[in-house]
Amino acid sequence: MTTIDFYAILPLIILVAWASALLLLDLFFTRKIEGLTPILAALGLLITLVISALNPVAGSTAFNGMIEADGFSSYLQILFAGSGIVGIALAYGYLKRMGINRGEYYPLLLYSISGMILMAQAADLIVVFLALELLSIPLYILAGIARPNPASEEAALKYFLLGAFAGGFVVYGVALSFGATGTTSLSGIVAAVDSGLANMPLLLIGAGLILIGLGFKVALVPFHMWTPDVYHGAPTPLTAFMAVGAKAAGFAALLRIFLAALPVLAGNFVPVFWILSALTMFAGNLIAIVQDNIKRMLAYSSIAHAGYIMMAVVAFGQEFVSKDAVASSLFYLLAYAVTNFGAWSVVIALERAEGKGLQLEDYYGLGKKYPVLAAAMLVFMLSFIGVPPTIGFMGKFYLFRTVLEGGYTWLAVIGVLTSILSAYYYLRVVVNMYMREGDPEIAPDRLVQLVSIVGALAVVLLSVFATPLFRWASRAVLNIF
Amino acid sequence: MIPISYYILLSAILFTIGAVCVLIRRNAIIIFMGIELMLNAANLAFVAFANQHQSVSGQIIVFFVIAVAAAEVAVGLALIVTIFRTKRSIDVDQLSSLKG
Repeated sequence: MTTIDFYAILPLIILVAWASALLLLDLFFTRKIEGLTPILAALGLLITLVISALNPVAGSTAFNGMIEADGFSSYLQILFAGSGIVGIALAYGYLKRMGINRGEYYPLLLYSISGMILMAQAADLIVVFLALELLSIPLYILAGIARPNPASEEAALKYFLLGAFAGGFVVYGVALSFGATGTTSLSGIVAAVDSGLANMPLLLIGAGLILIGLGFKVALVPFHMWTPDVYHGAPTPLTAFMAVGAKAAGFAALLRIFLAALPVLAGNFVPVFWILSALTMFAGNLIAIVQDNIKRMLAYSSIAHAGYIMMAVVAFGQEFVSKDAVASSLFYLLAYAVTNFGAWSVVIALERAEGKGLQLEDYYGLGKKYPVLAAAMLVFMLSFIGVPPTIGFMGKFYLFRTVLEGGYTWLAVIGVLTSILSAYYYLRVVVNMYMREGDPEIAPDRLVQLVSIVGALAVVLLSVFATPLFRWASRAVLNIF
Repeated sequence: MIPISYYILLSAILFTIGAVCVLIRRNAIIIFMGIELMLNAANLAFVAFANQHQSVSGQIIVFFVIAVAAAEVAVGLALIVTIFRTKRSIDVDQLSSLKG
């Protein structure tokens, strides 16, 4: 292992070592450090975040080209570590309140984030597969951490079975790609295709299988069936984290694999991406309309947003907008993360034991009784729809602009139409909060309220600073080509 | 000597059997066995291709896949046992408390 290798995976090393140490600490000193575990876990994530941001070996590859330490990975690593910290803040009071304060929650969360961090750096299909499993396996356990609550157990088993099923597709896809080109490294595959040595039909089938597997992970229609059940049954702070982290990691892999390979596969895959994106936007938003449970509604909303991010992958097929396409998808992931955590924090504040407080009727009268929280929720809903001045609007603006420039007018039209459609169910929450009488009760959880308020401010303020943020995202993609 | 394509054909058949097994069987353990079959079909393909390309890396990947499959078994069986304790059944059709 050379020095560059070491520095390239330094965030990963620190996070894994930290999580393992935390697991042991929690095992041997359960009584003494109770309440300290989440703080230590957050500290570990903070250190990881700082190192990822510094990225001492920017632009270099490590481990014979298996690991890439570029702006793209650094951007996503910051996003993952940041989501982890917010996820811990949301879980802290919630786990105690619901009587599921188990010490292994936080180390497992760290392990999962380490998988995401590895995924952002993957430049080889083996690493993609390993990272995918490293991030998924802890999430299966975390989804079931509220046992013996049947809903949580059911969510865990469903997530596990479908996640492992998807993993099988990814492995077989990797096997066929390896067979077609004789290598698993992304640059090697592109080189093999360019030199005409690759077995193209085999490679296309392989790439298609990988797409199916990753489509499960990011919840694209028609591979989304597990999402509502798992998001509904899992503990809410975990759902919030999964909706951001697991989805962004899946997109990291999709972008890496298909962006490296798209120039050679574009003709075959752009129509597939087009259909997946349009289907996901339509189905996600349509089914969300009929949901009465806010967790299921937000689950379908997360499916719909995967469709929007997929638009960027479609546009990547056009050479001249390819950089903007990646940058706008990275920006959208950030916008979605901020908005999503905010919305879930309000859901967590209203949730009570045994799955109560999750129906849309439970939001009646929130505006009168808790004006600040209701205002925050209003901001998040507007950002989900894409109304200015929110970061969600800027995200959609960059995305639609790229898609239009790429010449996919109809896809942009579908995007705008489905956004209008989505206004119906997002505004239903707002109507319930402000125009109905009710007496909601919120949990006395300062941290969760802090996340709501900071999130709402961030959604508005970041939209003002959208241009520098977008430039940061653009710089992140400069050196992946 | 048996041609490579036979191995690939066999692995494709195993993969399909595994995938169909996941889709039509209702017992969680059997579904899980189907998933394992899919992973092992991939292993067979890896080894066959490694031989064809005369490259060791295909054989190395198999070790990774085996290790990951073992980790999945550990977690998966634990989840199935937990479910069995609460529900006295591992029929996935009876897992339907989450609906919307």
